[in-house]
Amino acid sequence: MQQYNRKNSILIADDDLDDCYLVEEALCESGLNFNLSFVHDGIELLQYLRQLGSHAGSQPVHRPDLILLDLNMPRKDGREALAEVKADPNLRSIPVVVLSISSADEDILRTYDMGGAGFIVKPTNVSDMVEILRVLNEYWFEVVELSGVEHMNRNLNN
Amino acid sequence: MSKNAKPVVFLMADDDPDDRLLIKEAFQESLITNTIFFVEDGVELMDYLHRKEKYKNPGDSPMPDLILLDLNMPRKDGREALAEIKSDPHLRYIPVVVLTTSKAEEDIMRSYDIGAAGYITKPVTFDGLVEAIKGLKRYWVQIVRLPAIDVAKE
Repeated sequence: MQQYNRKNSILIADDDLDDCYLVEEALCESGLNFNLSFVHDGIELLQYLRQLGSHAGSQPVHRPDLILLDLNMPRKDGREALAEVKADPNLRSIPVVVLSISSADEDILRTYDMGGAGFIVKPTNVSDMVEILRVLNEYWFEVVELSGVEHMNRNLNN
Repeated sequence: MSKNAKPVVFLMADDDPDDRLLIKEAFQESLITNTIFFVEDGVELMDYLHRKEKYKNPGDSPMPDLILLDLNMPRKDGREALAEIKSDPHLRYIPVVVLTTSKAEEDIMRSYDIGAAGYITKPVTFDGLVEAIKGLKRYWVQIVRLPAIDVAKE
């Protein structure tokens, strides 16, 4: 397994505050060590990634290593946001994993069709969420190499 | 354990027979039983996915739920095959994870850019490979929902 110099980061887009809290609680319980940030709809997600609106000039400039995306959100939903991220040459290399209460075949198929890198059905309890965070952490931050200048250190350290 | 109704079918494209054997053994070591099929270059991979030539029979060559793709292969390399899969409306729903010896940032960047759902540099030891395959399976088989192929074919 690899050693990193910097903390990995996950950006969560979810309008449900209870669900955001569940993830925070699970992260705390898991003992895993990565940065977690939240946005609450598709518009805020795009603003965060492009550093516009309320996220203009935000410091430090931070590009998430992984995005966890809810599908049903107000203003701009996860489907639209995913299509926009994957159509943007500056953003499309960021892996986006859908985390939704939906388990509809159509939502699953469409997520992959638009370039989603996974579809996870949202758990309702902390222990299931802990397990999901562990596996996400293992796959995205230990098993695979991520792209971007920020990650160059990893390859040198292997 | 699996979130998916049917056993997950993996398809690996790799021209190196030693690597194919190692992957096969690593799959057996990693305890979760899944089916893995092999092709030897990008041309064979596309033939398989389009059910051409020797891949006509769906019983012998079922559509994969996940593709493991080497980058450096003769005839058609992994970069070309990935781009073809991700621009084909009938195939692009299949997640493709790159599994290669290349650690070049350009290869990593480009793979994600054209739609890879992961990029794994081949571990140098067998134990390392087994660990990577276990992590791969925990994510794709136990946690993630994959598209139901029957729906995808419509």
